[in-house]
Amino acid sequence: MVAATLHRLDDARVWRVLAEVCDPELPFLSVVDLGIVREVSLTGGVVRITPTYSGCPAAEVIGLAIANKLAEAGMNLRVETQLSPAWTTDWITEKGRETLLAHGIAPPPAASTDKHTLFADPPAVACPCCGSMDTERVSAFGATACKAMHRCLSCSEPFEAFKCL
Amino acid sequence: MADHLFEYTLRLGDNCLILGQRLAEWTGHAPILEEDLALGNLGLDLLGQARAFLTYAGKVEGKGRSEDDLAFLRDAHAFRNVSLVEQPNGDFGQTMARHLLFAGWYSLVLERLTQSQDSTLAAVAEKGVKEIAYHWRHAAEWTIRLGDGTDESHRRMQSGLHQVWGYTPELFRMDETDTAMLRAGVGADLAALQPAWDARIDAVLVEASLERPSSVTRSNGKQGVHSEHLGHMLSEMQFLQRAYPGMEW
Repeated sequence: MVAATLHRLDDARVWRVLAEVCDPELPFLSVVDLGIVREVSLTGGVVRITPTYSGCPAAEVIGLAIANKLAEAGMNLRVETQLSPAWTTDWITEKGRETLLAHGIAPPPAASTDKHTLFADPPAVACPCCGSMDTERVSAFGATACKAMHRCLSCSEPFEAFKCL
Repeated sequence: MADHLFEYTLRLGDNCLILGQRLAEWTGHAPILEEDLALGNLGLDLLGQARAFLTYAGKVEGKGRSEDDLAFLRDAHAFRNVSLVEQPNGDFGQTMARHLLFAGWYSLVLERLTQSQDSTLAAVAEKGVKEIAYHWRHAAEWTIRLGDGTDESHRRMQSGLHQVWGYTPELFRMDETDTAMLRAGVGADLAALQPAWDARIDAVLVEASLERPSSVTRSNGKQGVHSEHLGHMLSEMQFLQRAYPGMEW
């Protein structure tokens, strides 16, 4: 019973430390809210993370940042990458979505993968500045693999939107 | 069996590596800023998949070769990519034509590989298939926009398509490795993908008012027989490791 309680406490401590590590490309969003931490296993001595995109240049930096942060907190855990199941934007937490919005990045529509057919318009994205749904996609590709470029037709503000994956 | 798996994984990795490198050549040269970012991003997706495949190929081979060893220390004849992906960029229309034909095929291959008995290939495919869906759509949208655009854009898109079309039969040709991997439940039945590919490519070409070319070029890139273009590309891609062997950042 005691052991079980300790186990839970330690587990929670690891998650608290992880919540302090941010994606370097989105320095306000924690790896936990981004949904890339798949598992914390104290018995296995391992934290498993999953990359957002195969070619995400931030993936290795994130792994190192997590390992360093855990070491600073005196936790000796390995960081391993796990490919399957593949990360999806559905794993971004509610808090993560709010954080993105607060920083001017439109979060991906909840629980949906962008499966719009070839010639149809992509799903509407609300402008993070004025909330208008009257927006258009300028480019499906942006400054990082995970974002697209949009423009608001109501307030004219250009903005980034997290791509559905 | 392990030899076939190594060979098969190398093909997947080299397709991604070589096309990724080709797309990266556009960086700073694309017709508009949005496309500069787009082509760089498409290349990055492929590079990421290449890393996963080549790392695994090195493991399967069991001779201690890393992803970097495989990417930077092999000469052209040891590369196993299909000839289509090493073809020069040409103009933007030709790059989009090459990407349309490749992404249309590769996304079908990845879909099959998500069911592979090999759990690593299945995991990389599961990730990659979602990324390549964007590639396919991007290339298809540009093909339509250019093909159904001005006289000049139509002419260039059609000519780009003619340049690369002949390399597509290789995509569907099964050889000993492909057959062994299919029998083992690891690989995709490439010949069986042809009707689905034809249908999706034809749909785009009709919409784009483009003619479907019928040219056939003999190409055996996946058996290591390459055009001269690959050597020139590698001389640039591998320059640093050739000039300073073992050099690290």
